[in-house]
Amino acid sequence: MASLIDCPHCGPRPREEFSVRGDAAATRPDPEAGPEAWHAYLHLRTNPRGLHREHWRHSGGCRRWLVVERDVVTHAVHAVRDAQEGAQ
Amino acid sequence: MSGRRLPVAARIDRGRPIRFRFDGREHQGFEGDTLASALIASGVGIFGRSFKYHRPRGVLAAGSAEPNALVTVGTGGRQEPNVRATMLEIFDGLEARSQNAWPSRRLDVGALNGLLSPLLGAGFYYKTFMWPPKAWERVYEPLIRRAAGLGRAGIEPDPDRYEKTWAHCDLLVIGAGPAGLSAAVTAARAGARVILADEGAEPGGWLLDDGGDASSALREDLLAELRAAPEVRILPRATVFGWYDDNVFGALERVGKHLPPDPDRPVERLWRIVARSAVLASGAEERPLVFAGNDLPGVAMASGIRRRLVGQAVAPGRRVAVVTNGEAGYSLAAALESREVEVAAILDCSPPSAHDPERYAPARGDWRGGQAEDWRGVARIVRGRPLRAVGMRAVEALEIERRDGSRRRLAVDAVAMSGGWSPNGQLACQRGARPEWSEARQAFLPPIDQPGLHVAGAAAGLVGRAACLADGARQAVAALGEIGLAAAPAFDPAPEDAPPPRALGAQGSGRGKSFVDFQNDVTVDDLARARQEGYGHPELAKRYTTSAMATDQGRMGAVNAAVILAEAQGLAPGAVPLTTQRPFFSPVSFGALAGAARAEAFRPARRSPLHAWSQARGAVFLETGAWLRPAWFPRAGEPDWATAVAREARMVRLAAGLCDVSFLGKIELTGADVPAFLNRVYLNGMAKLPVGRARYGVMLREDGFVMDDGTVARLAEDRWVLTTTTAKAEEVMAHLEFCAQVLWPELDVRLASVSDAWAQMALAGPKAREILGAVVDLDLSDAAMPFMGAAQAPLRGAPGVTARVFRISFSGELAYEIAVPADLGPAVADAIMAAGQGAGICCYGAETLAVLRIEKGHVTHAEIDGRVTAHDLGIGRMVSAKKADFIGRAMLGRPALTAAGRLQLCGLQAVDPAQAFRAGAQVLNAGAAPSLEGAQGHVSSTCWSPHLGRTLGLALVRDARARHGEEVQVWDGLRGETCAARIVPPVHFDPENRRLHG
Ligand SMILES: [Zn+2]
Repeated sequence: MASLIDCPHCGPRPREEFSVRGDAAATRPDPEAGPEAWHAYLHLRTNPRGLHREHWRHSGGCRRWLVVERDVVTHAVHAVRDAQEGAQ
Repeated sequence: MSGRRLPVAARIDRGRPIRFRFDGREHQGFEGDTLASALIASGVGIFGRSFKYHRPRGVLAAGSAEPNALVTVGTGGRQEPNVRATMLEIFDGLEARSQNAWPSRRLDVGALNGLLSPLLGAGFYYKTFMWPPKAWERVYEPLIRRAAGLGRAGIEPDPDRYEKTWAHCDLLVIGAGPAGLSAAVTAARAGARVILADEGAEPGGWLLDDGGDASSALREDLLAELRAAPEVRILPRATVFGWYDDNVFGALERVGKHLPPDPDRPVERLWRIVARSAVLASGAEERPLVFAGNDLPGVAMASGIRRRLVGQAVAPGRRVAVVTNGEAGYSLAAALESREVEVAAILDCSPPSAHDPERYAPARGDWRGGQAEDWRGVARIVRGRPLRAVGMRAVEALEIERRDGSRRRLAVDAVAMSGGWSPNGQLACQRGARPEWSEARQAFLPPIDQPGLHVAGAAAGLVGRAACLADGARQAVAALGEIGLAAAPAFDPAPEDAPPPRALGAQGSGRGKSFVDFQNDVTVDDLARARQEGYGHPELAKRYTTSAMATDQGRMGAVNAAVILAEAQGLAPGAVPLTTQRPFFSPVSFGALAGAARAEAFRPARRSPLHAWSQARGAVFLETGAWLRPAWFPRAGEPDWATAVAREARMVRLAAGLCDVSFLGKIELTGADVPAFLNRVYLNGMAKLPVGRARYGVMLREDGFVMDDGTVARLAEDRWVLTTTTAKAEEVMAHLEFCAQVLWPELDVRLASVSDAWAQMALAGPKAREILGAVVDLDLSDAAMPFMGAAQAPLRGAPGVTARVFRISFSGELAYEIAVPADLGPAVADAIMAAGQGAGICCYGAETLAVLRIEKGHVTHAEIDGRVTAHDLGIGRMVSAKKADFIGRAMLGRPALTAAGRLQLCGLQAVDPAQAFRAGAQVLNAGAAPSLEGAQGHVSSTCWSPHLGRTLGLALVRDARARHGEEVQVWDGLRGETCAARIVPPVHFDPENRRLHG
């Protein structure tokens, strides 16, 4: 895993300052989307070999939620952006 | 052994003698000595006993790869095992002890293990001691643990200080030998920010070991230039042990371990170095030769002998045999003879095809001050191979076999061996790359040019000072170019010296053990056995034999093991790869890894703004999470905590009590969409909460289970403050920020944690209103401030200060919570106590808070344990049916979450007032056998209720709401206790809530 995360607000910081929530690929379904959609959102995860998009929080820094794109094979971090800016 | 100090120039300061103790005996060395050099100089040969066979062992090498001379240093909390004597600089008062030797280094009954060695060979723990199975735990394991193993760690707390730090640089140079110094100078001249880390006490590497004037002068020039450069930091005694993602390197600096203890100085400092690029110039480790008895004290690496000879003027013995397959042995022989140490013979074991006397020309040039004719044709050069080193506690002779097959025995008291060089490329292979065999260089080489790490000099397999200087400069230019810095090489390209010698497998087949991994006592026979038994793959052989699993991680023996395993399969050297490299390159103490994060600093304690105030009133504190909370306030004459708690609880219900509740999480919200936001994060309706009112709220997780509860108060048109439980304050804040930033960024909501900004106190009891009225300037009548009212009001006597007042109650009494700016907490608490003195106020702590809330059936995270729903807690009615969406709504409707048979919240009361039960106990049907099988649920909280005169509890019991009145057994399987109890509604006390309204 990366040693440093380049926070868009704070710059490169040690990864110990961050906490990982998990998969950012899933989006919260419509309240009426039905049990299958909610089950998938809450419980089903793909675990691809390669690129992952995850929600990280700079809990020891600016406290913003971030979307970190990283490769679990090479450990390369491809992008870090503020989750709010990226959210629709 | 007859190691001794020579009257020749060296880098020790003979004017500064240093006294130290080894195994209780006093020794003397000089400043500049290591423990190894000082002990060898005073004739000590045996430094300890080996891991499995308890064979006597001396010093094998010179640096951090030393596998044999491991000692225990210090006593008490400073006791540190497995310190390499070759790395330990001596200081006055140093206490070192040998390891693994009982009753003594010289007389060791464990050497019997040597006779048992057929049982202790490769894989012994997998097969020898398997039967009978029970004997493993009782007999074999304790026996083996006592007999095998190295030093023991101290068990007392370490009194020393350790530090951690970060550093950033353009170029990290690892190793300060010729290549490293050249790289650092090249980078310094380009204006780069440079960190030069070197494992030794003095930077220089080979320039120190060489001992020649030219090398010394060059070293001093280069170091002077680096010291004068403003952006260069030189870290001596710093081992870079790991290469991590994003080009972060870990390094361990030995700051004070070579000095007497000093409270103002850390003993070790752990560096994390963020390097834009790096040059690995870590040199090469000399390979041992594998022949019988190659572990006898007195048999040592030529490079180790050379370092002590040149650096500390220590001769390894009186008559030395040099066994070599390359130039290093010849060069050592020259260095020995120039210092009047007798060289009995040079045994050249390089293969015939490679043998060419001319190739050692540079070494011959050094021989006896450059008189080449002294050297040529000297009969002492023997071509052949070593068969066996002979001796009991130290080497007494070396048996050799000439190339013509004739055998000879050389009487010597020291053997120097040199089997070629293994580049120290481990660091470059810690992130997935594999070293590859180079036929030309007869070594496994790391990849030379990885992004961020360029390998230079001997670490890249090069031979010779000039070639390494040139290569260091070249790699620095490449590394700097990678980050856009232009640099000119500090040294011009230069050719290499003698070509690298052939890598050799096992040599002599004489009787006795030929060691491959010295520290773990792994022999050629072990490797052969591993292969026979199907564990010939290097990764399997490593685990089966433990070869390369010692603290040197195979730096001494891994290449020999790979060559021997290849030979055994009829393959060429290099056909069997090295095993995977991982951090740490060299051992790192737990102390350094922990740094300052130990004892109280491991997790800083959180203290309320009223901590000192509570302390002054005699509070006994309780750790809850990171918080220190007052648990109770004992009074004189109270025999135990239970008496104090019962008294506090009575006083609250009788008059009034003041309790610090600053520990609650407090979050302020502003923004136009706060009502909508709150509506979406609580299960109950929050949108219509009017100004001046507070409301109890429950948050769910998205899966429908309860996350937390608390209150929301609307203090003004555009300002809300919510509380969370103490335990979940951080989690709720992170959750709400996720909701605001990620789920619903379109909502205009801003959140601020104000937990630490406010001192908050609960004032509860029938006298609460009159007491609070004396402190805040606020109409507290039921009409103006009804139950669940919220207001901001000035403090009496301090009209500029606004307090927040909430009429909320956890105790079931008429109660308020008052929040004031944190620094005013103690003064306001004093004012409340003064105002309540006549009314009979007391302070109460977390234990009494728990009694009052259990009596009232209020839940905490003992009940909200992540597995309960609102329905389980009996608050299903609170779930808003009107809201289209809130967190947890979609999954809440799953049938299983309201199905029959779920555990539901209830109260429990002991049937017999003289009996008690405890939290964690199981609830069983009356008459059921004590077993988990038919368990109906469990007790989540209990207390002694002074108001009901018996033990009460809250419990989660199967279908409990339909079972009020039923008698059950509470079974504590851990303590073997059973207590009859009755299931009751959760609210034990004042179920009509009359007291709440005053
Ligand atoms: Zn940040």
